[in-house]
Amino acid sequence: MAAVSTGQPKADLREPASWRRTKNRITTVLMVLSLVVVIIPLGFVLYTVIAKGASAISWSFLTSSIPPSVLPVGIGGIGPAVVGTLEITGLATVMAVPLGILGAIYLNEYGGRGPLARFIGVMADVMTGVPSIVMGLFIYSIWVLHFGYSGLAGAFALGALMLPIVIRSTDEMLRLVPDSLREGSYALGATKARVTLTVVLPAAVGGIVSGALLAVARAAGETAPLLFTILAVTSVNTNVFSGPNTSLPSQIFANASSPYVGAQGRGWGAALTLIAIAFILMIVARVITARFAKYTR
Amino acid sequence: MEEPVQDIVTNLPPLGPAAGQPAGDPVEPATGEVVFHVQNTSIWYSAFKAVTDVSLTMYEREITAFIGPSGCGKTTVLRTLNRLNDLVAGARVEGQVNYRGQSLYAKDVSPIAVRRRIGMVFQKPNPFPKSIYDNVAWGCRVLGMKDNMDERVERALTQAALFDEVKDRLKASGLSLSGGQQQRLCIARAIAVEPDVVLMDEPASALDPIATQAIEQLMHQLKSEYTFLIVTHNMQQAARVADMTAFFSISRGGEGERWGELIEYDATEKIFTAPSDKRTEDYVTGRFG
Repeated sequence: MAAVSTGQPKADLREPASWRRTKNRITTVLMVLSLVVVIIPLGFVLYTVIAKGASAISWSFLTSSIPPSVLPVGIGGIGPAVVGTLEITGLATVMAVPLGILGAIYLNEYGGRGPLARFIGVMADVMTGVPSIVMGLFIYSIWVLHFGYSGLAGAFALGALMLPIVIRSTDEMLRLVPDSLREGSYALGATKARVTLTVVLPAAVGGIVSGALLAVARAAGETAPLLFTILAVTSVNTNVFSGPNTSLPSQIFANASSPYVGAQGRGWGAALTLIAIAFILMIVARVITARFAKYTR
Repeated sequence: MEEPVQDIVTNLPPLGPAAGQPAGDPVEPATGEVVFHVQNTSIWYSAFKAVTDVSLTMYEREITAFIGPSGCGKTTVLRTLNRLNDLVAGARVEGQVNYRGQSLYAKDVSPIAVRRRIGMVFQKPNPFPKSIYDNVAWGCRVLGMKDNMDERVERALTQAALFDEVKDRLKASGLSLSGGQQQRLCIARAIAVEPDVVLMDEPASALDPIATQAIEQLMHQLKSEYTFLIVTHNMQQAARVADMTAFFSISRGGEGERWGELIEYDATEKIFTAPSDKRTEDYVTGRFG
């Protein structure tokens, strides 16, 4: 292509046609395709759950007790499961999140590279890999066999699942806090506890909170560890510490394997409720993260 | 809060040229009291000897500069003076490091009490991810200086020549400031707790000339109240601000060993015009380093 103007020729800054350009195109197309492949199943899951579950959702569905399986959707609801999930997940959160954050603080701020810290780190990784049903059986054998089914037993199992996730995510967040901040604090004559509590934790709190809420959302959806720990009931059990309880995942599991149309419909409704709870937790996580991130930039 | 560090200047070894340290003590008689007396000190990082056999005496209300090439141990020596090297695994100090008559590395000395007296400003500005106000107030709260906090914050920011620029946005994040402002915020943070000594580790290395000038003016103004120690790569800066200058260099041994060493310590004017060591002369005239 000749230069239009007179005098010196224009600099040619176009990318030359080459194998590199072709590679760039192929890779871009592949990336877009993978994105689509990832989104399709997610879209289908959401679509199916909303299509089949939305009609069941109403205030009375969320609060009424669970009717016999033969009854159609519209009579009764999943109230005990909603209450059970909130109770058990809440109790598990109260147990696992503080413990996990304290553990991560030990790993990062106090343990250093000592053998104990390294051992705890490895054990947390191993614990992440334990199948959830094994955790349920473990609680069954050490707790349920002696004290019977209860929401507390379920909370132990869920808490044991959440703990390593909280430890690892908090650990990562604390590691991101630059050492220059710690040095700056120590140089003012602060104690280690003071530095950790008022400088390091606030600098990482957004990430810690969102990591913890992700662990909560994950635990709220667990079925297997609850199978052997809380059983299933059809009326609300407000005492999380004793007596069999129920939860949304357990209810979905029971209803999905039931031959009755009404029970299946309630199962879809319960599935949508569970997704909504997880979604709300994500939004809360985002809001809290944004709030605490106010001073980090 | 118990403060084990004592304010007494007793049991110090005799000062002056007669003390038998060729590169150690200054020729001019000192005006103020001795703040730091470092004698035959070596600093190790695990098996690596970073600095060897340093002897220095630093005086009250003076600005002392440490100059020398990269890796000569200036910062290491500085961080020894407020026990910040305690945070580095494997760091070890041999020899005497006295602060106002008290050995800093004595068994019963608490590094926390040491750092309450001896503040520090770092090479890279490191404001906390908190508001400008809280950045300055944090240290005061830590030390239990909780009364008249607004006044303390304003005074520190004014001393650091930052108050006018930030007085309308004290609630804004300290990280929203420019690099030079952040560094002045860190200086305000360090002097808000009214320390005895302020250590500065290349405080202007990441700053533009105007911000650098502001910080140098600041040191001149605050000199009547505080004792400053400044590490710098910039010889002009040392010549401009310091009363005393210590020149460090790297020495090499037979089998690839290298360590930092104090070559010469004297009045700044003497170091830059009539140094007594050839290596100092080579460095300050730009022939080396």
